[in-house]
Amino acid sequence: MGATVALQVTVNGESHDSEVPARMLLVHYLRDELGLTGTHVGCDTSNCGACTCLVDGESAKSCTVLAVQCDGAQITTIEGMAGPDGELHALQEGFWAEHGLQCGYCTPGMIMAAADLLERRTADGPISEQEVRKGLEGNLCRCTGYHNIVKAVQAAAEASREVAA
Amino acid sequence: MSTVEVPPTKHVGQSLRRKEDPRLITGRATYVDDLALPGMLHAAVVRSPEAHARVVAIDASAALARPGIKAVYTGEDMSDLLAPLPMAWAPPGVEIKTPERWPLVRGHVRHMGDAVALVIGDDKYVVVDAAADVEVEYESLPVVIDVEQALKDEVLVHASLGTNKTHEWSMGGGGDIEQALAASDVVVQRRIVNHRTAGAAMEPRGCIAEYRAGALTVWSSTQVPHLLRLFYAVQMGISEDKVRVIAPEVGGGFGGKLQVCAEETMCAWASRKLGRPVKWIETRSENMAVSHHGRDQVDYVRMGATADGKITAFHAKIIQDLGAYFGLLTPMIPELGAFVMTGCYAIPVVQTDIVGVLTNKFFTDAIRGAGRPEMTHMLEVMIDQLAEELGIDPIELRRRNFIAPEQFPYETPYGITYDSGNYEAALDRALEIVDMEAFRAEQADLRSRGVLRGIGFSTYTEICGLAPSRAVGPSGFGLGIGLYESALVRVHPTGSVTVYTGASPHGQGHETGFAQIVADRVGTDPSVVEIVHGDTATGPMGLGTYGSRSLSVGGVAVAHAAEKIAQKAREIVAHNLEADPADIEVRDGRFSLKGDPDQGMTLAEVAGCAYVDATKMPEGMELGLEQALIYDPSNFVFPFGTHVCVVDVDPETGKVEVVRWVAVDDCGPAVNPMLIDGQVHGGIVHGIGQAIYEQVVYDERGQLVTGTFVDYALPTTMEVPSFETDRTETKSPSNSLGVKGIGEAGTIAATPAIVNAVIDALRHEGISFIDMPLTPLRVWQALEQARGDGNGPRDSEQGASLPAQGEGSAGSGPTIPEGGRS
Repeated sequence: MGATVALQVTVNGESHDSEVPARMLLVHYLRDELGLTGTHVGCDTSNCGACTCLVDGESAKSCTVLAVQCDGAQITTIEGMAGPDGELHALQEGFWAEHGLQCGYCTPGMIMAAADLLERRTADGPISEQEVRKGLEGNLCRCTGYHNIVKAVQAAAEASREVAA
Repeated sequence: MSTVEVPPTKHVGQSLRRKEDPRLITGRATYVDDLALPGMLHAAVVRSPEAHARVVAIDASAALARPGIKAVYTGEDMSDLLAPLPMAWAPPGVEIKTPERWPLVRGHVRHMGDAVALVIGDDKYVVVDAAADVEVEYESLPVVIDVEQALKDEVLVHASLGTNKTHEWSMGGGGDIEQALAASDVVVQRRIVNHRTAGAAMEPRGCIAEYRAGALTVWSSTQVPHLLRLFYAVQMGISEDKVRVIAPEVGGGFGGKLQVCAEETMCAWASRKLGRPVKWIETRSENMAVSHHGRDQVDYVRMGATADGKITAFHAKIIQDLGAYFGLLTPMIPELGAFVMTGCYAIPVVQTDIVGVLTNKFFTDAIRGAGRPEMTHMLEVMIDQLAEELGIDPIELRRRNFIAPEQFPYETPYGITYDSGNYEAALDRALEIVDMEAFRAEQADLRSRGVLRGIGFSTYTEICGLAPSRAVGPSGFGLGIGLYESALVRVHPTGSVTVYTGASPHGQGHETGFAQIVADRVGTDPSVVEIVHGDTATGPMGLGTYGSRSLSVGGVAVAHAAEKIAQKAREIVAHNLEADPADIEVRDGRFSLKGDPDQGMTLAEVAGCAYVDATKMPEGMELGLEQALIYDPSNFVFPFGTHVCVVDVDPETGKVEVVRWVAVDDCGPAVNPMLIDGQVHGGIVHGIGQAIYEQVVYDERGQLVTGTFVDYALPTTMEVPSFETDRTETKSPSNSLGVKGIGEAGTIAATPAIVNAVIDALRHEGISFIDMPLTPLRVWQALEQARGDGNGPRDSEQGASLPAQGEGSAGSGPTIPEGGRS
């Protein structure tokens, strides 16, 4: 595998010091080295977004990022979204309540991309369908037709607004 | 049918949240690539860059020299496989020339991506490096890509067959088609191209095969674990009891995983050879090239009618592009569509003539709808074409030809018996939602401002619930096996329930829907009913999930098994209450005495009798509370509905945008309405994808142009609208739940609605027909041609990038020459 490189990352709040091959992709580091298999590989060309996680708070397609590029970074994956007692994140709850998933393969990436979308949103008021659609344009789903994914994100945004209010 | 009284439902009919979801939304589900076994090796496949060539030499020395590489195998190494990859359709009386397909090629490659060698090593990156090191010398051979060109047999895909034409299959009914057409007042003819698409499940295929101590276990991302067990046993010469196939979490299928995959047999073989588990995970590029494609047929269709709009005859000549080999069901796909060739209409004379043709492309096989979308597309597009020819409103034309509700069960000219239907009711409901008067006013207003808006209808019925075993099995339609389904319901001593189903879901929600069905029948809550699937070691023989069969076959099996458990429970309760079993009913989650609900027992108490205290059991009754059975349906089921699509076409760019969609579907009584809506949404988008965006394209040398998601345009959130769905409920008399299927309905209904909408938007521009995919280029060219302003199709410019398939269909006018180009 060639030369290895030292890597320190914090994933879902836990610090890891690793030696990884320079060419190892972040998604494979998460999946194969840390056992966080909730982040999926769907396309290899950063089109589908199944591999989306948060790197320093911003969504990133981890199949197109080298692990070593993330040295010193804070990473959040789908496994880090629920609370310490297992209470679901508003987006997880929204996807469940609105039937925003079928086979579930794209779902972790969808939820992470939606988390980034809602986090970056500065506008007040309910999030529109068009805003959600534009925000999730980089994530593909073959099962749901997106209809219920949009509803799920809107429901999560609404639930978060109510908590904040 | 069941003779057991079914209790008033409580959970069936409710939009229960899915039991599957907690693991899926938290990243705790286990797909095949999430598994790792001790000592596991990785596999990568060396694939042909040539579409047709003789393999002159393979030099694996550089690959084998890489540290960590354990072996490189070729087709010759695997010569001890006992059977080629299967094709499971042998219709009595029809000769099908079947090309042999082995997991690795033996001397010739016949499509880009054909598998030449298998590289095994201990690291998944290194096997990919090593695969690139394998040097293969090819001697190029002529290539044939266009299906109608292939029919001329100038270039043969398999020289040993002597022809590219593998079979012809014809079915006629109701009379002589030529006479019926000749006697019609009008005959409309079209050449319709239904282009090649990809299944494109978000999870690519993959497997781990572990051969250990004489037994083979394969974890596979599959829709058909039991069929895989059968075929691995045959191919590898292993007793079937020593083969176990597990479908873990499966990330979508759409027919693409209804396949016996070459790579999985390779891994099983290599694991036996090396004594270690072998994992292969498909890349997306491989998925686009060598996971089977769908559709791909050229259709010459003729529809005859009387001047007042009664359809008199319908003929389809289908030229099916098979690709270079057969998959499990490849040559059968158009035939499945033929069974519903008459759609919702009382068409007296029909004829289907199918010819299967080999080309140097990957093989086609079942993708969501499998033959029925193609046939429905022809029929529903032709209805609109006929309406235009006759000057009759297309909705009115549909009404004049609908099979009336009182005509069910209705036998079609093909001898197929439609179970039930009320087509007008679904159409009426859709029209209520759409409001045509308002639409036409809006359309005129928008047109005056340069926006081309159109509306299109598709009133479909389809055949699913595969399938009555006598009708489709070896002595009937010729499938290699009957398509019954199994269920095993096991009540545990504490009263919770495990259900095994032979259906094998990959996103549909069986764990929830089936739990609702069982809970109502045995008086418990769905939360304590666990549905187990996808493991051949766990339950009886099963046939898997495809063809919208899971509920109307697998779900009915589960219901019948649960009803038998309930009957036994009634007898146990009656014994303990000294009552008549007929007086025991399931009410409020327990078995209680009719008229005196305080007297009764919970399921847990009944299970206590059956497993713990035998003295509480009726004399002579077997202990335990468990029921296994196989249900074989008496007929297919025929869901139906009306889909309405509204599009805007940009006159400057030709871009088509779907702006509204109304879907009224009828799949019988709903078990879980939320799940139905989800299937409909996804199905429609699959159809939108084909109609506007998706196309598998090979160039004239057989190179795959659409090899990644960069080039193959799956619809994103921005290409599709939200949907307005509603349902009518017409029970099927074919099963005790009255249910039909819904998994493919949206896809079957969708594409003609879109084409009809685009034509509605463009008719005043002089465009009366256009084929899919409705890309901006194709629509723009049609507009340019229709406007006759000298720009023409611009063959030398943009036109050059038009794929060969479907070429020339843009704006190809209202008629085609007799017999077409064949």
